[in-house]
Amino acid sequence: MSHRVRVNPITCEAHGMCAELLPERITLDEWGYPMLDDAPLQGSQVEHAIRAARACPTFALLVERERERSRR
Amino acid sequence: MSSPSSTMTVEAPPIAQPRSPAAPELPRLLAGIPPHGAMTLDEHLTTHGWPPLARSQGRRRDRERAASLIDEIEHSGLLGHGGAAFPTATKMRAVAGSRGRAIVVANAAEGEPASLKDRTLLEALPHLVLDGAVLAAQAVGADEAIVCVCESAGASIESIERAIEERRRARDYAAVDRSTRLHLASVPSHYVAGQESALVNHLNGGPAKPTFTPPMPYEQGVRRRPTLINNAETLAHIALIARHGAPWFRQLGTPIQPGSALVTLSGPVAHPGVYEIEHGASLTSLIEAGGGTTARPRAALLGGYAGAWIGGERLQGVALSNEHLAPHGASLGAGVVLLLSENACPVAETVHVARWLSGQSARQCGPCVHGLDALAAAVEQIAGGGIAPAMAAQRIDRLASLLRRRGACSHPDGAVNLILSALEVFQAEFADHARHGPCDACARPAELPLPVRPVIADAPGKPVARP
Repeated sequence: MSHRVRVNPITCEAHGMCAELLPERITLDEWGYPMLDDAPLQGSQVEHAIRAARACPTFALLVERERERSRR
Repeated sequence: MSSPSSTMTVEAPPIAQPRSPAAPELPRLLAGIPPHGAMTLDEHLTTHGWPPLARSQGRRRDRERAASLIDEIEHSGLLGHGGAAFPTATKMRAVAGSRGRAIVVANAAEGEPASLKDRTLLEALPHLVLDGAVLAAQAVGADEAIVCVCESAGASIESIERAIEERRRARDYAAVDRSTRLHLASVPSHYVAGQESALVNHLNGGPAKPTFTPPMPYEQGVRRRPTLINNAETLAHIALIARHGAPWFRQLGTPIQPGSALVTLSGPVAHPGVYEIEHGASLTSLIEAGGGTTARPRAALLGGYAGAWIGGERLQGVALSNEHLAPHGASLGAGVVLLLSENACPVAETVHVARWLSGQSARQCGPCVHGLDALAAAVEQIAGGGIAPAMAAQRIDRLASLLRRRGACSHPDGAVNLILSALEVFQAEFADHARHGPCDACARPAELPLPVRPVIADAPGKPVARP
Protein backbone atom coordinates (compact mmCIF):
# COMPACT_ATOMS: atom_id res chain seq x y z
CA MET A 1 0.00 0.00 0.00
CA SER A 2 1.58 3.27 -1.06
CA HIS A 3 1.48 6.55 0.82
CA ARG A 4 1.46 10.12 -0.49
CA VAL A 5 1.61 13.53 1.10
CA ARG A 6 -1.04 16.14 0.61
CA VAL A 7 -1.53 19.60 2.07
CA ASN A 8 -4.72 21.30 3.14
CA PRO A 9 -4.10 24.74 1.61
CA ILE A 10 -6.80 26.34 3.76
CA THR A 11 -5.34 25.39 7.13
CA CYS A 12 -1.70 25.78 6.04
CA GLU A 13 -0.14 28.92 7.53
CA ALA A 14 3.32 28.60 6.03
CA HIS A 15 5.15 27.62 9.21
CA GLY A 16 7.49 25.59 7.02
CA MET A 17 8.11 22.71 9.46
CA CYS A 18 7.22 20.18 6.78
CA ALA A 19 9.99 21.35 4.46
CA GLU A 20 12.48 21.00 7.33
CA LEU A 21 11.38 17.49 8.19
CA LEU A 22 10.67 16.13 4.70
CA PRO A 23 13.03 18.10 2.44
CA GLU A 24 13.22 15.18 0.00
CA ARG A 25 9.55 15.79 -0.92
CA ILE A 26 8.70 19.33 0.14
CA THR A 27 10.12 22.70 -0.88
CA LEU A 28 8.74 26.11 -0.02
CA ASP A 29 7.51 28.67 -2.52
CA GLU A 30 8.47 32.34 -2.39
CA TRP A 31 5.83 33.02 0.25
CA GLY A 32 6.76 30.06 2.43
CA TYR A 33 3.97 27.69 1.43
CA PRO A 34 4.89 24.05 0.76
CA MET A 35 5.14 22.64 -2.76
CA LEU A 36 4.71 18.88 -2.68
CA ASP A 37 6.01 16.09 -4.81
CA ASP A 38 2.99 13.81 -4.62
CA ALA A 39 4.56 10.66 -6.06
CA PRO A 40 4.27 7.64 -3.71
CA LEU A 41 6.59 7.88 -0.71
CA GLN A 42 9.57 5.52 -0.71
CA GLY A 43 10.63 3.38 2.30
CA SER A 44 11.72 5.52 5.25
CA GLN A 45 10.09 8.59 3.72
CA VAL A 46 6.78 7.36 5.11
CA GLU A 47 8.14 7.67 8.66
CA HIS A 48 9.58 11.12 7.90
CA ALA A 49 6.29 12.22 6.38
CA ILE A 50 4.32 11.09 9.41
CA ARG A 51 6.77 12.94 11.68
CA ALA A 52 6.38 16.08 9.54
CA ALA A 53 2.59 15.80 9.63
CA ARG A 54 2.66 15.55 13.43
CA ALA A 55 4.97 18.56 13.67
CA CYS A 56 2.73 20.82 11.60
CA PRO A 57 1.25 23.40 14.02
CA THR A 58 -2.02 23.53 12.06
CA PHE A 59 -2.13 19.83 11.08
CA ALA A 60 -2.28 20.90 7.44
CA LEU A 61 0.01 18.15 6.18
CA LEU A 62 -1.68 14.85 5.47
CA VAL A 63 -0.16 11.47 4.80
CA GLU A 64 -2.71 9.52 2.83
CA ARG A 65 -2.86 5.90 1.87
CA GLU A 66 -3.53 5.16 -1.77
CA ARG A 67 -6.88 3.54 -1.04
CA GLU A 68 -8.17 6.72 0.64
CA ARG A 69 -7.19 8.82 -2.34
CA SER A 70 -8.88 6.61 -4.88
CA ARG A 71 -12.19 7.35 -3.23
CA ARG A 72 -12.02 10.95 -4.35
CA MET B 1 -50.66 38.29 -14.39
CA SER B 2 -53.61 36.19 -13.25
CA SER B 3 -53.50 34.50 -9.89
CA PRO B 4 -51.78 31.12 -9.86
CA SER B 5 -54.82 29.18 -8.73
CA SER B 6 -57.06 30.48 -11.50
CA THR B 7 -54.52 29.57 -14.17
CA MET B 8 -54.51 25.91 -13.16
CA THR B 9 -56.95 24.52 -15.67
CA VAL B 10 -54.83 21.74 -17.14
CA GLU B 11 -55.91 18.22 -16.19
CA ALA B 12 -53.37 15.79 -14.84
CA PRO B 13 -52.20 13.47 -17.60
CA PRO B 14 -53.37 9.86 -18.02
CA ILE B 15 -51.08 7.26 -16.48
CA ALA B 16 -49.59 6.01 -19.73
CA GLN B 17 -48.38 9.37 -20.86
CA PRO B 18 -47.29 9.34 -24.50
CA ARG B 19 -44.07 11.14 -25.31
CA SER B 20 -45.03 14.52 -26.65
CA PRO B 21 -43.84 14.85 -30.24
CA ALA B 22 -41.67 17.85 -29.47
CA ALA B 23 -39.88 19.43 -32.38
CA PRO B 24 -36.15 18.77 -32.34
CA GLU B 25 -35.20 22.29 -33.30
CA LEU B 26 -34.58 25.46 -31.31
CA PRO B 27 -35.75 27.03 -29.16
CA ARG B 28 -35.98 24.31 -26.56
CA LEU B 29 -35.38 25.86 -23.15
CA LEU B 30 -36.37 29.30 -24.35
CA ALA B 31 -39.53 28.11 -26.15
CA GLY B 32 -42.41 30.45 -25.44
CA ILE B 33 -40.34 32.75 -23.22
CA PRO B 34 -42.49 35.74 -22.27
CA PRO B 35 -41.15 39.18 -23.17
CA HIS B 36 -41.68 40.32 -19.58
CA GLY B 37 -42.03 38.57 -16.26
CA ALA B 38 -42.18 34.84 -15.73
CA MET B 39 -43.93 32.07 -17.60
CA THR B 40 -46.81 30.91 -15.40
CA LEU B 41 -47.31 27.28 -14.49
CA ASP B 42 -50.26 27.12 -16.85
CA GLU B 43 -48.23 28.51 -19.76
CA HIS B 44 -45.37 26.22 -18.83
CA LEU B 45 -47.64 23.15 -19.11
CA THR B 46 -49.10 24.37 -22.39
CA THR B 47 -45.61 24.87 -23.80
CA HIS B 48 -43.91 21.72 -22.52
CA GLY B 49 -46.65 19.34 -21.39
CA TRP B 50 -46.74 17.51 -18.08
CA PRO B 51 -43.57 15.99 -16.70
CA PRO B 52 -43.48 12.23 -16.17
CA LEU B 53 -44.04 10.96 -12.62
CA ALA B 54 -47.06 13.24 -12.36
CA ARG B 55 -49.29 10.40 -11.17
CA SER B 56 -48.16 7.87 -8.65
CA GLN B 57 -48.22 4.27 -9.83
CA GLY B 58 -47.39 2.90 -6.43
CA ARG B 59 -44.21 3.32 -4.48
CA ARG B 60 -42.13 0.58 -6.04
CA ARG B 61 -43.05 1.39 -9.62
CA ASP B 62 -42.45 5.11 -8.94
CA ARG B 63 -38.97 4.32 -7.68
CA GLU B 64 -38.18 2.29 -10.81
CA ARG B 65 -39.44 5.05 -13.06
CA ALA B 66 -37.39 7.62 -11.16
CA ALA B 67 -34.25 5.50 -11.41
CA SER B 68 -34.78 4.99 -15.14
CA LEU B 69 -34.51 8.77 -15.56
CA ILE B 70 -30.80 8.48 -14.72
CA ASP B 71 -30.44 5.95 -17.58
CA GLU B 72 -32.26 8.32 -19.90
CA ILE B 73 -29.97 11.19 -18.91
CA GLU B 74 -26.95 8.96 -19.42
CA HIS B 75 -28.16 8.08 -22.95
CA SER B 76 -28.82 11.75 -23.64
CA GLY B 77 -25.15 12.53 -22.98
CA LEU B 78 -26.09 15.64 -21.01
CA LEU B 79 -23.06 17.47 -19.61
CA GLY B 80 -23.24 20.01 -16.79
CA HIS B 81 -23.76 23.64 -17.81
CA GLY B 82 -22.11 25.23 -14.78
CA GLY B 83 -18.70 25.33 -16.44
CA ALA B 84 -16.99 21.98 -15.91
CA ALA B 85 -19.12 20.02 -18.43
CA PHE B 86 -19.11 16.95 -16.18
CA PRO B 87 -21.46 14.10 -17.22
CA THR B 88 -24.68 14.72 -15.30
CA ALA B 89 -25.71 11.05 -15.06
CA THR B 90 -22.38 10.11 -13.46
CA LYS B 91 -22.94 12.70 -10.76
CA MET B 92 -26.52 11.54 -10.21
CA ARG B 93 -25.44 7.89 -9.88
CA ALA B 94 -22.80 8.82 -7.33
CA VAL B 95 -25.43 10.59 -5.21
CA ALA B 96 -28.02 7.85 -5.67
CA GLY B 97 -25.39 5.28 -4.62
CA SER B 98 -24.31 7.11 -1.46
CA ARG B 99 -25.73 6.16 1.90
CA GLY B 100 -28.45 8.34 3.42
CA ARG B 101 -31.35 10.45 2.19
CA ALA B 102 -30.09 12.67 -0.62
CA ILE B 103 -30.67 16.36 -1.17
CA VAL B 104 -30.66 18.37 -4.41
CA VAL B 105 -29.16 21.82 -4.88
CA ALA B 106 -30.01 23.88 -7.95
CA ASN B 107 -27.02 26.12 -8.46
CA ALA B 108 -27.94 29.52 -9.83
CA ALA B 109 -25.32 31.48 -7.89
CA GLU B 110 -23.91 32.66 -11.24
CA GLY B 111 -20.88 34.54 -9.94
CA GLU B 112 -19.50 34.94 -13.45
CA PRO B 113 -19.88 38.66 -14.25
CA ALA B 114 -20.40 38.08 -17.96
CA SER B 115 -23.06 35.39 -17.53
CA LEU B 116 -26.79 36.08 -17.32
CA LYS B 117 -28.22 32.74 -18.37
CA ASP B 118 -29.12 31.38 -14.93
CA ARG B 119 -30.88 34.52 -13.78
CA THR B 120 -32.69 34.64 -17.13
CA LEU B 121 -33.93 31.08 -16.58
CA LEU B 122 -35.04 31.84 -13.04
CA GLU B 123 -36.69 35.13 -13.91
CA ALA B 124 -38.49 34.00 -17.05
CA LEU B 125 -38.75 30.20 -16.87
CA PRO B 126 -38.74 29.22 -13.19
CA HIS B 127 -40.90 26.11 -13.65
CA LEU B 128 -38.42 24.55 -16.06
CA VAL B 129 -35.72 24.74 -13.39
CA LEU B 130 -38.08 23.61 -10.61
CA ASP B 131 -39.34 20.66 -12.71
CA GLY B 132 -35.73 19.64 -13.27
CA ALA B 133 -34.95 19.92 -9.56
CA VAL B 134 -37.96 17.81 -8.62
CA LEU B 135 -37.25 15.17 -11.28
CA ALA B 136 -33.58 15.00 -10.25
CA ALA B 137 -34.65 14.68 -6.62
CA GLN B 138 -36.96 11.79 -7.47
CA ALA B 139 -34.22 10.14 -9.53
CA VAL B 140 -31.62 10.20 -6.76
CA GLY B 141 -34.05 9.58 -3.91
CA ALA B 142 -34.00 13.07 -2.41
CA ASP B 143 -36.90 14.60 -0.51
CA GLU B 144 -35.73 18.18 -0.70
CA ALA B 145 -34.43 20.57 -3.35
CA ILE B 146 -32.84 23.93 -2.57
CA VAL B 147 -32.60 26.58 -5.27
CA CYS B 148 -29.52 28.73 -4.63
CA VAL B 149 -29.80 32.20 -6.11
CA CYS B 150 -27.34 35.07 -6.02
CA GLU B 151 -28.52 37.56 -3.38
CA SER B 152 -28.09 40.45 -5.81
CA ALA B 153 -30.53 38.89 -8.31
CA GLY B 154 -33.71 40.25 -6.73
CA ALA B 155 -35.94 39.50 -9.70
CA SER B 156 -34.79 35.86 -9.76
CA ILE B 157 -35.49 35.45 -6.07
CA GLU B 158 -38.99 36.90 -6.42
CA SER B 159 -39.72 34.78 -9.46
CA ILE B 160 -38.68 31.52 -7.77
CA GLU B 161 -40.60 32.35 -4.60
CA ARG B 162 -43.71 33.06 -6.66
CA ALA B 163 -43.27 29.91 -8.73
CA ILE B 164 -42.88 27.67 -5.68
CA GLU B 165 -46.04 29.19 -4.22
CA GLU B 166 -47.84 28.73 -7.55
CA ARG B 167 -46.98 25.03 -7.59
CA ARG B 168 -48.16 24.56 -4.01
CA ARG B 169 -51.50 26.15 -4.75
CA ALA B 170 -52.12 24.20 -7.94
CA ARG B 171 -53.58 20.98 -6.59
CA ASP B 172 -52.84 18.88 -9.67
CA TYR B 173 -49.29 20.04 -9.73
CA ALA B 174 -48.67 19.52 -6.05
CA ALA B 175 -48.84 15.84 -6.96
CA VAL B 176 -45.83 16.25 -9.25
CA ASP B 177 -43.80 17.72 -6.42
CA ARG B 178 -45.40 15.48 -3.82
CA SER B 179 -42.30 13.94 -2.34
CA THR B 180 -39.96 16.90 -2.79
CA ARG B 181 -39.87 19.98 -0.60
CA LEU B 182 -38.79 22.97 -2.66
CA HIS B 183 -37.19 26.02 -1.16
CA LEU B 184 -34.92 28.90 -1.88
CA ALA B 185 -31.61 30.06 -0.45
CA SER B 186 -29.80 33.26 -1.36
CA VAL B 187 -26.06 33.13 -1.86
CA PRO B 188 -23.46 35.93 -1.62
CA SER B 189 -22.53 37.37 -4.97
CA HIS B 190 -18.78 36.85 -4.93
CA TYR B 191 -17.04 34.87 -7.65
CA VAL B 192 -16.29 31.60 -5.82
CA ALA B 193 -19.59 31.39 -3.88
CA GLY B 194 -21.08 29.15 -6.56
CA GLN B 195 -18.27 26.61 -6.27
CA GLU B 196 -19.81 23.34 -5.02
CA SER B 197 -18.09 23.05 -1.66
CA ALA B 198 -18.67 26.77 -1.01
CA LEU B 199 -22.39 26.33 -1.60
CA VAL B 200 -22.48 23.35 0.74
CA ASN B 201 -20.54 25.27 3.38
CA HIS B 202 -22.94 28.21 3.04
CA LEU B 203 -26.04 26.00 3.27
CA ASN B 204 -24.58 24.37 6.37
CA GLY B 205 -24.34 27.76 8.05
CA GLY B 206 -20.71 28.53 7.27
CA PRO B 207 -19.21 31.16 4.97
CA ALA B 208 -19.77 30.74 1.22
CA LYS B 209 -16.15 29.76 0.72
CA PRO B 210 -14.69 26.57 -0.74
CA THR B 211 -13.67 23.83 1.67
CA PHE B 212 -10.99 21.19 1.55
CA THR B 213 -12.28 17.98 -0.04
CA PRO B 214 -12.91 15.06 0.45
CA PRO B 215 -15.58 14.50 1.53
CA MET B 216 -17.10 15.37 -1.83
CA PRO B 217 -20.65 16.79 -1.76
CA TYR B 218 -22.03 13.61 -3.33
CA GLU B 219 -20.91 11.62 -0.29
CA GLN B 220 -21.39 14.22 2.42
CA GLY B 221 -22.81 17.60 1.59
CA VAL B 222 -25.69 19.65 2.96
CA ARG B 223 -26.50 18.47 6.51
CA ARG B 224 -23.99 15.68 5.88
CA ARG B 225 -26.39 14.15 3.38
CA PRO B 226 -25.41 12.99 -0.14
CA THR B 227 -25.91 16.16 -2.18
CA LEU B 228 -26.54 16.51 -5.90
CA ILE B 229 -25.48 19.96 -7.05
CA ASN B 230 -26.52 20.82 -10.58
CA ASN B 231 -26.43 24.10 -12.41
CA ALA B 232 -29.90 25.62 -13.00
CA GLU B 233 -29.62 25.19 -16.77
CA THR B 234 -28.58 21.55 -16.39
CA LEU B 235 -31.79 20.96 -14.42
CA ALA B 236 -33.84 22.73 -17.08
CA HIS B 237 -32.42 20.30 -19.67
CA ILE B 238 -33.31 17.41 -17.36
CA ALA B 239 -36.92 18.68 -17.30
CA LEU B 240 -37.06 18.36 -21.09
CA ILE B 241 -35.12 15.09 -21.39
CA ALA B 242 -37.57 13.51 -18.90
CA ARG B 243 -40.43 14.61 -21.14
CA HIS B 244 -39.08 13.92 -24.61
CA GLY B 245 -36.33 11.34 -24.12
CA ALA B 246 -32.65 10.97 -24.95
CA PRO B 247 -32.99 10.45 -28.75
CA TRP B 248 -34.89 13.75 -28.99
CA PHE B 249 -32.17 15.50 -26.99
CA ARG B 250 -29.42 14.14 -29.26
CA GLN B 251 -31.08 15.46 -32.40
CA LEU B 252 -29.21 18.67 -31.75
CA GLY B 253 -25.59 19.24 -30.86
CA THR B 254 -22.48 17.15 -31.42
CA PRO B 255 -21.99 13.46 -30.55
CA ILE B 256 -19.70 14.45 -27.65
CA GLN B 257 -21.75 17.43 -26.49
CA PRO B 258 -25.35 16.79 -27.49
CA GLY B 259 -28.24 19.19 -27.13
CA SER B 260 -28.48 22.93 -26.86
CA ALA B 261 -26.96 25.52 -24.56
CA LEU B 262 -27.73 28.97 -23.29
CA VAL B 263 -24.99 31.46 -24.02
CA THR B 264 -24.61 35.03 -22.85
CA LEU B 265 -23.37 37.13 -25.74
CA SER B 266 -21.92 40.52 -24.88
CA GLY B 267 -19.56 43.15 -26.21
CA PRO B 268 -19.90 45.16 -29.42
CA VAL B 269 -23.02 43.46 -30.80
CA ALA B 270 -26.37 45.07 -31.58
CA HIS B 271 -28.37 42.89 -29.16
CA PRO B 272 -26.28 41.49 -26.33
CA GLY B 273 -28.17 38.95 -24.26
CA VAL B 274 -28.92 35.30 -23.65
CA TYR B 275 -29.34 33.04 -26.69
CA GLU B 276 -30.03 29.35 -27.05
CA ILE B 277 -27.66 27.67 -29.48
CA GLU B 278 -27.08 24.16 -30.71
CA HIS B 279 -23.72 22.85 -29.49
CA GLY B 280 -21.37 23.11 -32.44
CA ALA B 281 -23.11 26.17 -33.94
CA SER B 282 -20.73 28.67 -35.46
CA LEU B 283 -19.76 31.77 -33.54
CA THR B 284 -20.65 33.72 -36.67
CA SER B 285 -24.26 32.52 -36.50
CA LEU B 286 -24.51 33.57 -32.85
CA ILE B 287 -23.16 37.03 -33.67
CA GLU B 288 -25.64 37.28 -36.55
CA ALA B 289 -28.44 36.32 -34.15
CA GLY B 290 -27.22 39.11 -31.91
CA GLY B 291 -27.79 41.59 -34.71
CA GLY B 292 -24.20 41.65 -35.92
CA THR B 293 -21.21 43.52 -34.54
CA THR B 294 -21.18 47.25 -33.89
CA ALA B 295 -17.37 47.44 -33.91
CA ARG B 296 -14.76 45.11 -35.32
CA PRO B 297 -14.01 42.47 -32.66
CA ARG B 298 -10.36 42.23 -31.72
CA ALA B 299 -10.91 38.93 -29.91
CA ALA B 300 -13.52 36.82 -28.13
CA LEU B 301 -13.43 35.59 -24.56
CA LEU B 302 -14.95 32.11 -24.29
CA GLY B 303 -16.11 30.64 -21.01
CA GLY B 304 -15.83 33.72 -18.80
CA TYR B 305 -13.10 34.89 -16.46
CA ALA B 306 -11.69 31.41 -16.01
CA GLY B 307 -11.82 30.96 -19.78
CA ALA B 308 -9.63 31.79 -22.74
CA TRP B 309 -9.29 34.33 -25.52
CA ILE B 310 -9.47 33.59 -29.23
CA GLY B 311 -7.89 36.17 -31.51
CA GLY B 312 -10.02 38.14 -33.99
CA GLU B 313 -8.32 36.60 -37.02
CA ARG B 314 -9.48 33.13 -35.97
CA LEU B 315 -13.09 33.93 -35.02
CA GLN B 316 -14.44 33.11 -38.47
CA GLY B 317 -13.98 29.36 -38.06
CA VAL B 318 -14.94 28.98 -34.39
CA ALA B 319 -17.69 26.48 -33.53
CA LEU B 320 -19.32 26.59 -30.11
CA SER B 321 -18.76 23.17 -28.57
CA ASN B 322 -16.02 22.04 -26.26
CA GLU B 323 -14.43 19.67 -28.77
CA HIS B 324 -14.28 22.45 -31.36
CA LEU B 325 -12.96 24.96 -28.84
CA ALA B 326 -10.33 22.65 -27.31
CA PRO B 327 -7.74 23.27 -30.09
CA HIS B 328 -8.05 26.98 -29.23
CA GLY B 329 -7.39 26.15 -25.57
CA ALA B 330 -10.92 27.29 -24.77
CA SER B 331 -14.24 25.82 -23.67
CA LEU B 332 -17.80 27.08 -23.45
CA GLY B 333 -17.63 27.09 -19.65
CA ALA B 334 -20.91 28.47 -18.37
CA GLY B 335 -21.77 29.72 -21.86
CA VAL B 336 -20.01 33.07 -21.91
CA VAL B 337 -19.15 34.61 -25.29
CA LEU B 338 -17.73 38.07 -24.84
CA LEU B 339 -16.41 40.09 -27.75
CA LEU B 340 -13.72 42.71 -27.17
CA SER B 341 -13.88 45.64 -29.54
CA GLU B 342 -10.96 46.93 -31.53
CA ASN B 343 -11.20 50.21 -29.61
CA ALA B 344 -10.29 48.57 -26.30
CA CYS B 345 -6.73 47.99 -25.11
CA PRO B 346 -6.46 44.27 -24.31
CA VAL B 347 -3.52 44.92 -21.99
CA ALA B 348 -5.46 47.43 -19.89
CA GLU B 349 -8.44 45.07 -19.89
CA THR B 350 -6.24 42.21 -18.67
CA VAL B 351 -4.86 44.40 -15.87
CA HIS B 352 -8.41 45.17 -14.88
CA VAL B 353 -9.54 41.54 -14.84
CA ALA B 354 -6.37 40.28 -13.16
CA ARG B 355 -6.86 42.74 -10.29
CA TRP B 356 -10.53 41.82 -10.04
CA LEU B 357 -9.75 38.08 -9.96
CA SER B 358 -7.16 38.68 -7.24
CA GLY B 359 -9.81 40.52 -5.26
CA GLN B 360 -12.23 37.61 -5.70
CA SER B 361 -9.94 35.16 -3.90
CA ALA B 362 -11.69 33.73 -0.86
CA ARG B 363 -8.39 34.55 0.90
CA GLN B 364 -8.13 31.13 2.45
CA CYS B 365 -5.20 29.55 0.63
CA GLY B 366 -1.78 31.25 0.82
CA PRO B 367 -0.69 30.58 -2.77
CA CYS B 368 -3.97 32.07 -4.08
CA VAL B 369 -3.82 35.16 -1.83
CA HIS B 370 -0.18 35.93 -2.61
CA GLY B 371 0.02 34.46 -6.10
CA LEU B 372 -2.98 36.21 -7.66
CA ASP B 373 -1.83 39.51 -6.20
CA ALA B 374 1.67 38.95 -7.60
CA LEU B 375 0.20 37.92 -10.95
CA ALA B 376 -1.88 41.09 -11.15
CA ALA B 377 1.20 43.13 -10.18
CA ALA B 378 3.24 41.44 -12.91
CA VAL B 379 0.60 42.26 -15.51
CA GLU B 380 0.45 45.85 -14.24
CA GLN B 381 4.20 46.09 -14.56
CA ILE B 382 4.06 45.12 -18.24
CA ALA B 383 1.22 47.56 -18.86
CA GLY B 384 3.26 50.35 -17.27
CA GLY B 385 6.24 49.71 -19.52
CA GLY B 386 9.99 49.69 -18.96
CA ILE B 387 10.45 45.95 -18.62
CA ALA B 388 11.93 43.46 -21.06
CA PRO B 389 9.05 41.34 -22.44
CA ALA B 390 11.05 38.13 -21.98
CA MET B 391 11.66 38.88 -18.32
CA ALA B 392 8.01 39.71 -17.69
CA ALA B 393 6.95 36.49 -19.41
CA GLN B 394 9.39 34.50 -17.29
CA ARG B 395 7.97 35.99 -14.09
CA ILE B 396 4.41 35.21 -15.15
CA ASP B 397 5.30 31.62 -16.10
CA ARG B 398 6.92 31.19 -12.71
CA LEU B 399 3.82 32.54 -10.94
CA ALA B 400 1.59 30.30 -13.04
CA SER B 401 3.52 27.24 -11.84
CA LEU B 402 3.17 28.46 -8.22
CA LEU B 403 -0.59 28.88 -8.60
CA ARG B 404 -1.74 25.83 -10.52
CA ARG B 405 -3.47 23.19 -8.39
CA ARG B 406 -2.44 24.95 -5.19
CA GLY B 407 -5.81 26.13 -3.98
CA ALA B 408 -8.72 24.31 -2.34
CA CYS B 409 -10.77 25.28 -5.40
CA SER B 410 -9.80 25.97 -8.99
CA HIS B 411 -10.04 29.76 -8.82
CA PRO B 412 -6.26 30.26 -9.09
CA ASP B 413 -6.12 27.81 -12.02
CA GLY B 414 -8.87 29.68 -13.83
CA ALA B 415 -7.17 33.03 -13.33
CA VAL B 416 -3.86 31.63 -14.59
CA ASN B 417 -5.55 30.22 -17.70
CA LEU B 418 -7.11 33.55 -18.55
CA ILE B 419 -3.92 35.60 -18.06
CA LEU B 420 -1.72 33.14 -19.99
CA SER B 421 -4.25 33.09 -22.80
CA ALA B 422 -4.31 36.91 -22.88
CA LEU B 423 -0.49 37.00 -23.04
CA GLU B 424 -0.53 34.59 -25.97
CA VAL B 425 -3.39 36.08 -27.99
CA PHE B 426 -2.34 39.69 -27.36
CA GLN B 427 1.39 38.98 -27.52
CA ALA B 428 2.17 41.93 -29.80
CA GLU B 429 0.19 44.36 -27.64
CA PHE B 430 1.86 43.15 -24.43
CA ALA B 431 5.31 43.41 -26.01
CA ASP B 432 4.49 46.91 -27.20
CA HIS B 433 3.36 48.01 -23.73
CA ALA B 434 6.39 46.44 -22.07
CA ARG B 435 8.68 48.49 -24.32
CA HIS B 436 6.80 51.74 -24.68
CA GLY B 437 4.36 51.94 -21.77
CA PRO B 438 0.66 52.74 -21.88
CA CYS B 439 -1.07 53.27 -25.23
CA ASP B 440 -3.78 55.81 -26.05
CA ALA B 441 -6.56 53.24 -25.57
CA CYS B 442 -5.33 52.44 -22.02
CA ALA B 443 -7.03 55.60 -20.77
CA ARG B 444 -10.44 54.60 -22.13
CA PRO B 445 -13.02 53.16 -19.72
CA ALA B 446 -12.67 49.39 -19.44
CA GLU B 447 -14.95 47.18 -21.53
CA LEU B 448 -14.61 44.30 -19.05
CA PRO B 449 -16.34 43.36 -16.81
CA LEU B 450 -19.20 44.31 -18.99
CA PRO B 451 -22.42 45.43 -17.39
CA VAL B 452 -24.41 43.30 -19.80
CA ARG B 453 -27.72 44.84 -20.72
CA PRO B 454 -30.52 42.48 -19.70
CA VAL B 455 -31.75 41.51 -23.12
CA ILE B 456 -32.79 37.97 -23.88
CA ALA B 457 -33.80 36.24 -27.04
CA ASP B 458 -35.92 33.17 -27.59
CA ALA B 459 -33.77 31.84 -30.39
CA PRO B 460 -30.97 33.02 -32.61
CA GLY B 461 -32.51 35.51 -34.97
CA LYS B 462 -35.40 36.47 -32.74
CA PRO B 463 -34.12 38.77 -30.05
CA VAL B 464 -36.68 39.82 -27.48
CA ALA B 465 -35.83 42.82 -25.38
CA ARG B 466 -36.65 42.58 -21.70
CA PRO B 467 -36.58 45.77 -19.66
